[in-house]
This record gives sequence, C-alpha cells and structure tokens, in this order.
Amino acid sequence: MSFTVPQELEKEIDERITHYPVSKRSAVLPILHALQHHFGYLSEEAVEWTAAKLELQPIKVLEVVTFYPGFRQEAPGKYHIRVCRTLSCAMAGSYELMEALCEKGEIDRSAVSHHHPIAVGKDGKFSIEFAECLASCGFGPVCMVNDEFHENVTPDKVEDLLSKYE
Amino acid sequence: MSEPTYKAGKQPHANEYRLIFRNIDREGWDTSIDTYLNEGGYGELKKALGMEPGQVTNEVKASGLRGRGGAGFPTGVKWTFIPPNNTKPVYLICNADESEPGTFKDRYILHQDPHQLLEGLIIACFAVGAHLAYIYIREEFPEAAQIVEKAISEAKAKGFLGKDIQGSGFDLEVYVHRGAGAYICGEETGLIESLEGKRPYPRIKPPYFPAAMGLYMCPTIVNNVETLCHVKHIVKMGGEEYAKLGTPRNTGTRILCVSGDVRKPGYFEVEVGKITMGQLINDMCGGLKEGRKIKAVIPGGSSAKVLRGDEKYTIGKGDDAKELSLLEIPMDFDTLMACGSMAGSGGVIVIDDSRSISWVLNNINNFYAHESCGQCTPCREGSLWMKKISDRIVAGTASPEDVDTLDSVARNIDGRTICAFGEACSWPTESFVAKFRDELTADTKADLSGTLLNPESKLAAAHLKSQQEAQKTEAKPVAV
Ligand SMILES: Cc1cc2nc3c(=O)[nH]c(=O)nc-3n(C[C@H](O)[C@H](O)[C@H](O)COP(=O)(O)O)c2cc1C
Ligand code: SF4
Ligand code: FES
Repeated sequence: MSFTVPQELEKEIDERITHYPVSKRSAVLPILHALQHHFGYLSEEAVEWTAAKLELQPIKVLEVVTFYPGFRQEAPGKYHIRVCRTLSCAMAGSYELMEALCEKGEIDRSAVSHHHPIAVGKDGKFSIEFAECLASCGFGPVCMVNDEFHENVTPDKVEDLLSKYE
Repeated sequence: MSEPTYKAGKQPHANEYRLIFRNIDREGWDTSIDTYLNEGGYGELKKALGMEPGQVTNEVKASGLRGRGGAGFPTGVKWTFIPPNNTKPVYLICNADESEPGTFKDRYILHQDPHQLLEGLIIACFAVGAHLAYIYIREEFPEAAQIVEKAISEAKAKGFLGKDIQGSGFDLEVYVHRGAGAYICGEETGLIESLEGKRPYPRIKPPYFPAAMGLYMCPTIVNNVETLCHVKHIVKMGGEEYAKLGTPRNTGTRILCVSGDVRKPGYFEVEVGKITMGQLINDMCGGLKEGRKIKAVIPGGSSAKVLRGDEKYTIGKGDDAKELSLLEIPMDFDTLMACGSMAGSGGVIVIDDSRSISWVLNNINNFYAHESCGQCTPCREGSLWMKKISDRIVAGTASPEDVDTLDSVARNIDGRTICAFGEACSWPTESFVAKFRDELTADTKADLSGTLLNPESKLAAAHLKSQQEAQKTEAKPVAV
C-alpha cells in the first residue's frame, strides 16, 4: 500500500501546526494522532512524513511513537477495544470483562506481550488491549471501543455491546 | 438564576456543596456558550478584567486555594513564583491528563461544563500575564477534546478569547493539546516535555520549576482543571468569603471520587474537611456490601499510602492530640497527611474484607511498572521488581523473604528519583508491607523455601542478609 496523505488531512495538519507558534516540533503528537486516526496505525512512512513536515530527524518522531501507549505501529481491528485494567475496574471485574470480550469477539490474546499489547481477532473486525485507568473508576468495569466510552460493562452485557459494532 | 434540578438518579447528596459541579448532570444543561451565558457566564471574567492582575492573584492567595491535581500546593503562591524581573513570555497550561487511578472528576467538567473551565483559565492567564495557554487533555478523552475545542471557538467568537478581550487590551490564545496514553504526562514537567513534542521525560527540580523554567524554557504555570474552575468562584465571592468555605488551611470545596467496595460509588463535591471518611463511605456511598467490613482505604489516588480499617490515628500535638478511627478522619489535606497518607487527587478507593491484599498491591504495582518513564534506574528497575515480586506472591511461588525484599526495593526508590513518580510507585508497597505484613507473608509459601525457592528470591535474600550483617559491623564501636 502506498502512503499518501489526502489533501484534506494535510490541510487539517497544517492548521494544527499553527497552534504552536513558538515551536512546530510541538505538533508531533497532534500530527501522529491525525495520521493514526486516518491510517489506523503509524507506519514507517508516517513517521518519515511527520519528520519531513516538521523538519526533524525521523528518530525524533519514532522515539515518540515507541514511547506512548496511545500510538501503535501495527494495524488494529476495525473496532479497537480498550479495557481498563487498573484497580477499581479490576475489583469490579475488568479481567472477567476482558475474557468475555475475547470469547464473544473471537480474539486470542495468547501472543500478547509488553511490546505487542494488541491482539487482533478473527477477520480483523475487533482488536483488544488492556489500558490503564480511564478515569471513570466509580463505574467500572469500563472500556472504550474506538472513540466511544462505555461504563458498567459487566460480562453479561458483552454480547449487546459487540452487536452495536457491525 | 434558578436553582438547578438534576437528572433522575444523579441528584447531589444532601451533604454536598455544589460549586464546581453545580452544572454536572443538570437537567436542561448543555455545553453551548448560550446556556452558559444565560446563567451569568463570563461575568467573573469581566469583573476580573476590571481589576489589576496582581489584585486577582491576591484574591486567590487570600482564598487559601490549594491545587486539586495531587500535591495540594497553594495556587496563589505558585502564581507569584514567576521571577519578578522576568522578560520572557509567560505560559499557562491546564493539566487535564486525569490519570491517577481512582480519580474521576475533571472528566465531567471537560465533558459537561467546558466554559466554566475556560472562564477560570482566562482569569488565571490574566492574573499571571500569559497570552498563550494549552489545555493538555489525555488521549482517552477524545470527545472532551472536541467539546473543549468547540467551546474555545465559541468563546473566541464572543470576544472572550483572542485579541483585546472585552476591550481590556488583554490578548489570549488557547489551544487543546492531546496526550497519548502515558500516565507520566500528568507530572507537570513530563507534561511540558510532551507538549514540546518529545518523550514525556520529567525534568529535575531544581532548576526546572515550571514557574521559572517551563514550556520552551519560559515561566509556565501548570494547574489542574478543578483548580482553575475554583478561580472563577474566588473572583465571584472574593478570596476572604471563599476562605469561609471548608476549614482553616483547607478552604473551599473539592470533589471526592469514591470507587471500590461501596454500594453507590460516585463523585461528591463537599466542603474540604467538613465531611468525615465515615460520612463519605456510609452516608454518601450507601456503606459497604452486606456483611462486609472495611479492610483498607486508599484516600487520595493509588499513590497515596493505604489506611487500615481497624487502625487508630493520632492527630494534633500535646494537649490538642486526638485519637481517631478511620471513619472519624475528616477529609482534608492536613489531617490525611497527619494520618500518614494524603488527600492527593481526591480519589478514594475502598477495599473490603473479601479482597486479598496481595492481589490489590499486585494490581497497583502492575500499573506503576507499566507507567515508569524509565529515566531513573531506581524507578525503572524498582517498579518492575515490585511488580515481579508481587506477581510471585499472588502466584503462590514467593518465599517469606520476598516480603522484605519487596520492602527494601520500595525504600530504595523514593527520594532517589527525578520526579515524584518515585514516591508514587513506592508508597503503595511501603505502606502495604508496613500495614499488612502478616497477610502478605501468609500468602508466601514458607514450605517451599530450600526446595522450590525462586532463584531471584534466593539471591535477594542472601544480599539482604549480607547488608544487615554489614550494618551491624559498621555500628560496632571501634576497639582501640
Ligand atoms: C506521577 C504524577 C502524575 C500526576 N498526574 C496528574 C494528573 O493526572 N492530573 C493533574 O492535574 N496533576 C497530576 N500530577 C500533579 C502535577 O504534577 C501538578 O502538580 C499539578 O498539575 C499542578 O496543579 P495544581 O497545583 O492545580 O494541583 C501528577 C504528578 C505526578 C508526580
Ligand atoms: S521517577 Fe520514574 S517516572 Fe519519574 S523521571 Fe524517574 S524514571 Fe521517570
Ligand atoms: S480504574 Fe478503571 S477507570 Fe479508573
């Protein structure tokens, strides 16, 4: 797949850069967000494109991509699920939620590791990972599906939840 | 202004005092500027613009407001740390990274009342002389980022932002900057690095106090979302009036977030120090589940030291000394500190007697091992070791010596790192070992020692022993 940033997206990115009148390097995160949102993940080409845009060495961009858990270098599923793993949610059953999501969403997490936190399910419809505290601890277990947030997702609600995403 | 009514099931508790959360879950409320203006919104901004910037800072000082982001530092005092002879631009950053486990309050302000935050932020910028401000929102709040950006453009269209705000001659631009899922971006100097487009490696203080050397090496004020909202109400009421809310040195209201083993978890805005832990847990959160007892409470976000349910806490000195049970502790900064913990970010996590302490500690240790930025060896290695050792305890493959090793690893982190994450990650382990040593030890397998003893534990135990021996010899008086 060749890497082309659509004109519209580039216009949006150029506008974002103006939010940082003192140093355009500050625009690294917003550009990466825009590219990840569009392409699903950040490829080598995306890193190089960002570096060229901001006149930085590619390593300055790559080190950002590899540090932040919010950036990924591999394609997720069509719907990417993030389940909160942290204490209050774990007490409310987030590990059980993870299990139920994997079962109903047909996702195998056995190959997940620190450097590869995301598991992609059958035919790439869903992917899943644990996230740390999503700041809704009173209403656990909580999860996000792409940009949508869901509270009190007990395992019995998993089927309903997944059926919303076609 | 009419008295607000709230959505069904979301009415504030009678013990609450809603100042910041007045519009949260409110019937008929939305995030548009018209709704906000209908209730006198931006009136305090107009009032502030008619004052001298220094006067605004003085009101905030007089209010006694302490930061709601975690450290509880007096806000007005922080603002005066900008060097007096400064010639560089001044920046202001709103910390909307909300990621301390157990904390869920800024989320509602961002999603439901963005103009309140903007009004407080603009007033704060005016007071400190900032003409460029950023709102750093965690990546996991994508909707909030959109809502706040929309609020910014509405405010700009109405002349509350941009050039010559309301004819005052004061200029200000505000932008949203989104994080990317790293807890350490909540630490103010890590946040600044992140905003500069880098890895969020915290900077060492001194010399990098943001008020002197912050964003782009210029004076920068970093304040939490809730803190900035309070500024608006301080301007409205006047510092002295505001200070009558709450208790001395612990003024105003604050939002407490309760999660864990209570019947009705949630968020509650109360006058600081006017509510005890018992009122919070039993009256406001409906108490514990049937037949359960409080085993432990983490009172200020997961970094705060744990409090035991059956412990007695002595506060005050001399004739004023009092002994309190856990449920009698008033929820204020100073008392919680006197009890050996902290009010932190207002996140209260309740743990009942059905929970395994080893499991709880292990969950917390997993968090910190994942979130250490990796700059300092004690923190990077130590947080991972604490995780590994508590993994073993939970898995039933630890030996009793492991509890000492755990403690020793923790005690070699705090005070030896660049940023306060060092304390944040070691305090849970230190306090859990101090208060629940018996339970942790019981979860290890004494009968495994010698046979199945983990090689790591064996080495660590040998090392600890030799250290203890060395200390004993050092302490001996030299014979002459
Ligand atoms: C590891 C760590 C994480 C932090 N996370 C947050 C956070 O998510 N939100 C926040 O407002 N402050 C956080 N803080 C505190 C900030 O460094 C800073 O003190 C605060 O934003 C100042 O605002 P305030 O004075 O209004 O409280 C964190 C501190 C540390 C050491
Ligand atoms: S204490 Fe930990 S989080 Fe803070 S700078 Fe050092 S390694 Fe990073
Ligand atoms: S612990 Fe899950 S949202 Fe905070």
